[in-house]
Amino acid sequence: MARRESQLPDKIHIDMTPMIDVVFQLISFFMFSLKVISPEGDFDIRMPLGRAANAVVDDQQVPPIRLKLSAGPDGTLAGISMNGNPLADFNDLQKKVVELVGTGRGPDSLADKTEVEMDCDYGLNYSDVVRAITAVSGTVQDGQVVELIKKIKFAPPKAEK
Amino acid sequence: MAKRSSQAASTDIDMTPMIDMTFQLITFFMFVMNFSEAEQDDRIQLPLSQLAKPVDGPVEKPITLQLTSEGSVIYAGELIGVHDIAGYLEREKSFMLDSGKDPNTATVIVRADGRAKTGEVQEIIKICQQKGFEKFALRAQYDEGR
Repeated sequence: MARRESQLPDKIHIDMTPMIDVVFQLISFFMFSLKVISPEGDFDIRMPLGRAANAVVDDQQVPPIRLKLSAGPDGTLAGISMNGNPLADFNDLQKKVVELVGTGRGPDSLADKTEVEMDCDYGLNYSDVVRAITAVSGTVQDGQVVELIKKIKFAPPKAEK
Repeated sequence: MAKRSSQAASTDIDMTPMIDMTFQLITFFMFVMNFSEAEQDDRIQLPLSQLAKPVDGPVEKPITLQLTSEGSVIYAGELIGVHDIAGYLEREKSFMLDSGKDPNTATVIVRADGRAKTGEVQEIIKICQQKGFEKFALRAQYDEGR
């Protein structure tokens, strides 16, 4: 039996209009729902409500560093002191912390054992607290983060003046 | 001069480059889009920190409390007072206990405005502690320091 010749034309015309419509709608959706956001990070803090009176005291525990941040009447930082010694600024604080704990890291390092207790005035701007946490928890050298003290806690809050 | 006869009735335009480009645009927007930004709020201006590097993975069992500069808390999209969070946390805690999760392992993410009072942040932490939460993450915006 002789084979029939194809009746179809050489080029099949596909209507692209619906696909292009959908694709443009998708682009519009993604464009309008796009939101440029800045990267965010966390400072982890572990603060149980209170240690039991008969809790086992770790002999290896280094006494905590007491950091006092005082606020002026408008909430700006008025003074920093570490273990009662006044400091000029957060750079000075960082230098003192590095002097105290060194830059060695590891499970038995001094930085790992030391804890900072922050005592802040009620009205102090929170951004200054984050600056203080940044100063004690690490430093950036040549683009690399050198970790310092990770254990940070807050002293009980004071009443608003 | 004789008028030239019109060209073919239907002109075929090659759509391939346009479709290629369009699909590339869609792919770009799909990858750039962040679906996990539901907890972020424009009313909060986070403090800057060079050490606030983005977290590697999602935080386990997070509870996000956002403190505005005026001293109000945004919780689950609602604006409430600092002391009103106790009821919401109690509900969150009972929900966790019902689903067999330990509230001690939950992380409370505090997204506080840089202009907020530190005392209010501490009050939030204190209320969370009273409700049995003890892991906190103070969130800050990454500052490249340029």
